[in-house]
Amino acid sequence: MLKKSTIALFDWKAFTIIILIMVIGLSTIFSATYTSTPENATPLYLKQVGWIFIGIFFLLLGTSIDYQSIARYAYYLYAFSFLLLIVVLVAGKSGFGAQRWLAIGGFSFQPSELAKLATAFAITKYFSDYPARYGYNVRELLIPGVLIAIPVLLVLKQPDLGTGMVITFVSVVLILLVRIRSKLFGIMTLLMFMSFPFLWQIFWENLKEYQKTRLLTFVNPSADPTGTGYHIIQSKIAIGSGGFSGKGILQSTQSQLNFLPARHTDFIFSVFAEEWGFIGIVVLLALYILLITWGLDVAIKAKDRLGMLMGCSVVTIFTFYCVINIGMTLGVFPVVGIPLPLMSYGGTSMITTLFSLGILFNIRKKRFLFY
Amino acid sequence: MEPQDKNRGLQQRIGYLRIFFIFLVAIILFKAWHMQIMKGKYYRELAENNRIRSVIVPPLRGIIYDRNGEVMAKNVASFNIGLVLADIKDLELTLEKLAPVTGLSLNEMKERIEDNKNYDPFSPLIIKDDISMKEVALIESRKWFLPGVLVVVEGRREYPHMDSAAHLLGYVGEVSRSQLKETEYESELPGRIIGQYGIEKVYDKFLRGSVGRKNIEVDATGRERRVLNIVEPVSGDNIILSVDIRLQKMAEEALGERRGAVVAMETGTGEILALASNPAFDPNLLSRRLSPKVWHEIVNDPAFPLNNRATQGTYPPGSVFKIVMSAGGLEEGLIDNRARISCSGGMHFGNRVFRDWKAEGHGSVDLNKAIVESCDVYFYQLGNRMGVDTIEKYASLFGLGDVTGIDLPSEKKGLVPSTKWKLEARKERWYPGETLSVSIGQGYMSVTPLQQAVMINTVANSGILVRPRILKGIIPEGFSDGKRVYQFPTVEIRKTGIHENTLKIIKDALKGVVYNPGGTGGAARSSLTEIAGKTGTAQAVGRRFQGDTTRFNDHAWFAAFAPVDKPEITVVVLVEHGGHGGAEAAPVAKKIIEEYVKKKHHSPL
Repeated sequence: MLKKSTIALFDWKAFTIIILIMVIGLSTIFSATYTSTPENATPLYLKQVGWIFIGIFFLLLGTSIDYQSIARYAYYLYAFSFLLLIVVLVAGKSGFGAQRWLAIGGFSFQPSELAKLATAFAITKYFSDYPARYGYNVRELLIPGVLIAIPVLLVLKQPDLGTGMVITFVSVVLILLVRIRSKLFGIMTLLMFMSFPFLWQIFWENLKEYQKTRLLTFVNPSADPTGTGYHIIQSKIAIGSGGFSGKGILQSTQSQLNFLPARHTDFIFSVFAEEWGFIGIVVLLALYILLITWGLDVAIKAKDRLGMLMGCSVVTIFTFYCVINIGMTLGVFPVVGIPLPLMSYGGTSMITTLFSLGILFNIRKKRFLFY
Repeated sequence: MEPQDKNRGLQQRIGYLRIFFIFLVAIILFKAWHMQIMKGKYYRELAENNRIRSVIVPPLRGIIYDRNGEVMAKNVASFNIGLVLADIKDLELTLEKLAPVTGLSLNEMKERIEDNKNYDPFSPLIIKDDISMKEVALIESRKWFLPGVLVVVEGRREYPHMDSAAHLLGYVGEVSRSQLKETEYESELPGRIIGQYGIEKVYDKFLRGSVGRKNIEVDATGRERRVLNIVEPVSGDNIILSVDIRLQKMAEEALGERRGAVVAMETGTGEILALASNPAFDPNLLSRRLSPKVWHEIVNDPAFPLNNRATQGTYPPGSVFKIVMSAGGLEEGLIDNRARISCSGGMHFGNRVFRDWKAEGHGSVDLNKAIVESCDVYFYQLGNRMGVDTIEKYASLFGLGDVTGIDLPSEKKGLVPSTKWKLEARKERWYPGETLSVSIGQGYMSVTPLQQAVMINTVANSGILVRPRILKGIIPEGFSDGKRVYQFPTVEIRKTGIHENTLKIIKDALKGVVYNPGGTGGAARSSLTEIAGKTGTAQAVGRRFQGDTTRFNDHAWFAAFAPVDKPEITVVVLVEHGGHGGAEAAPVAKKIIEEYVKKKHHSPL
């Protein structure tokens, strides 16, 4: 699998950044679970090391598989993920009030993780197959519109608000990148504003109770400080109290004394910010922004329109996750339950993130190869 | 391969996307800077408030000893279930989980929480006290599922002698909401255990000590991780009572099942040696934090076990009052020890016959015989000559009609009537016939057994009226070895000024009550010591209950002191509806006096 070209054209700089972020993640998981790990259990940070190795394998896999052949099978992948989404709605496992999980063997798998990549790649393929020099018109946008709407609705039905938002966001970014007719853009914007109250009502009524409270809590966390506002308040306290230089590893009171919920998964940034302070945040965000600009650089220099759009969708998903997750811990976004890529504990997130980054490596590699 | 320039526009837009993403991350960085640098101090304070909690450390209550150093009230470790309301997110769910462990219903627990609305939400509110070790283990093993539920260890009051001296010791309980408004308790916190009755209440200020405080680091479930600093509580002072627990038990035993009261005091000092009231209660049950069922039972018991009959029960003094009459008559020069009257079993007064208890009469009677045989006619005549206001003067001189000043709460005054009193209270003039009833301790007259004891004690104590008291000494906190004890001197309320000769005549007669052949108190005759005393049989007025004949039997009195020559102990016994004082009450008094004398010979104290 590892061809000579893979090693020769491998971007060690980007890989180092990825490894650095994962190491920061590992040490934070270590600290976050330090007091709550039962004596005889395998510590979570060790399990995470395992996931990282599996994830790196998937990164190399993504690097090795030709992105053009991924695109070739994009519609099949899309159809497959559609099937999985149906299955999970019928026979999925519930967790935290939502049906998101499929159990395969001993593993739990989230079809929505696959769905977001599959949808992004499907519309990427459509846009690269049917380029429109002066922007797309309504008729041409009908097919991608349907391609987007189906998984979004299915995912929201689970309900998985986070993934629904990711698919929508990445689709909007792709549509803006490929350009639509300026007249259409104006009409669409107008329509969106006009239909917003109506859509909002449908959206609101379809939310589960816990999602409604989460959103309400986001607007006013102090309304119920021991209930649903608890997560946001405790997270803000953790980050704010970190100050300039942080409290030091294992010294974070908010984390070590269990005030922070889900602190090795969704709220891992809060633990990091409390222990490493503003200095730590600057370093971490610098690493993330380096990776993001590197990814977009890969996209700009991709040798074809497909590579550009595919690269952009991978980077957009990645960035969206980072911004929403961190924004959530800062109290800027509502709690939607999405992990921080490369840092949060968890196998599914690690594998899909590293695999999609692998695709970026592949896109970069392809521009040096001529055939 | 597609020409690159065809995608120039796309490249440009990706460039915009990059700017957009950098902008997003910059916003995050700005927000982090604002929170950590600008408002860092504010959030650090919040984090400290999260982590550090100031909780009170209750002090140990002072120990109560009897005069010989026997423990009468102490503290034992008790495990309680406490709720820190601030840490409980779902109260309903928590209570549901707790219900099987506590054995309390949801409503009972909710009521308890509702009753303590203003309670500090960060201090554990005790919802169940004195749980077993098994229950402690149950709570501790489930602590992660029960945030805010703590096992609180505190000192629980224990009275090792159970219901012995219950009325005297009293009991403790949580300070009530209305008590917190009183100046005495205004510095205390809700949930504090304070004395609620008896000595526990009167000397609460010494016994309760003062609370300490500690700053602790807690985790998110409110459990203590470590103590950051502590201001130790100050334990209450230990106190020594004048009571002799063995004599107390003896008195209770002698009283047995009979309802009534016993007062035994040291003649010269007024120190209470025993103070019994039957029926009693178990202060251990009443001192628990939560025992509404027990409470309900005791409060609604028709026998009023909470009533301290020795200080709160008022009864007509009966013939015991003839002691006061004799003193008054002699002092006023209306009688002497030689003058005689003739008793034929009754006396006509107005259009009514006032009967003697002995229908056939006592024959020729002088003062000595009148006291020894308790001749009513003698005292009808004396009373008629004295008038009610002179009677009132001497009754008051001997301390009747006013509180004795004993260190127990809610003492009753009783009633000594006078013409002035009747005009004020009844809006009616005094009828001379009523004076005759008062002369033999009936009518409007009422006294407590303790007042009765103080009265006869004044006769035994050369006419000096002393205040009865229970507190003998205080051992200040930190001097538990007993090296430093604050003792309290005898309090002389007044010298009555009754002449030595008068007292001698009365004392001789009181000795005759027990030792003369016709004496009414023959049942108190002892081979160990010479006892002097006076019987009394007081008509119980008012209550009539169907089928329960004891209810309207007369109350039996016996008031005594011993030894006659140099009195050391004064005893008063009252048996409610006991019938004749000589038969019912005198043997009880004799037993107590004998026990006291026996002990005195064995161990000099």
